[in-house]
Amino acid sequence: MTRTAIVTRAIDATALIAEVASDANGATSLFLGTVRDVNDGRAVTGMEYTAYDAMASRELERIVSEAAEKFGGVTIVVEHRVGTLALGDVSVAIAASHPHRRDALDATRFVIEELKRRVPIWKREHYTDGTRDWVDPSSSIAPSALSASSLARGTA
Amino acid sequence: MYFTRMEVRVLLFASYAEAFGVPSVAVTLRDGATVTELLAKVKEMAVGHALPPAPLIALNQDYAAPGDVIHSGDEVALIPPVAGG
Repeated sequence: MTRTAIVTRAIDATALIAEVASDANGATSLFLGTVRDVNDGRAVTGMEYTAYDAMASRELERIVSEAAEKFGGVTIVVEHRVGTLALGDVSVAIAASHPHRRDALDATRFVIEELKRRVPIWKREHYTDGTRDWVDPSSSIAPSALSASSLARGTA
Repeated sequence: MYFTRMEVRVLLFASYAEAFGVPSVAVTLRDGATVTELLAKVKEMAVGHALPPAPLIALNQDYAAPGDVIHSGDEVALIPPVAGG
């Protein structure tokens, strides 16, 4: 069983854990992404998330299908929140359960890494000085780290 | 050679929507134009220079390759570097 959603309300992590719970599964893993107070040395007061809704939903669905195939028997629920979030608010939650811990943990890791790489969601940070900037993860990575050869070597 | 022209609406998001000042732009292309041709048209626009050399493009809500062909009625979007999570 899997479920994914882009939501505009607060994420209830406890509800997600309950949703993936099953007597057959001895391991449940939970990942929460939260808004932190500093990025690249600048004090952050909040975060604004926006998405290409239709594609983000589809891409999230694809990632979870891939995870279900890769980690047979896994149950996964993913919610990503959009809109304006305050410090400490949960922006993304991934709950995965499986008969065994390794697959529960690996499936959770797989989903968050692929989500960050592929799902068309963007965030704009609000800083203490009143300014706002779109976060561009690619600009903080040296171009050489993204070269095909480094990806092939698995060093990126 | 004669080609049928088509107008394609290109969706913009986040930093790209901010740079262009609008949530979408219209470009006129020949029917069967590629993603690369579409990109060249968008870059010719007044603020097209604000785009990186090779921005990601989605075609019907899937990431597209430069040689992919665009047809009338396709949903096209320019995808800024994603930053979810």
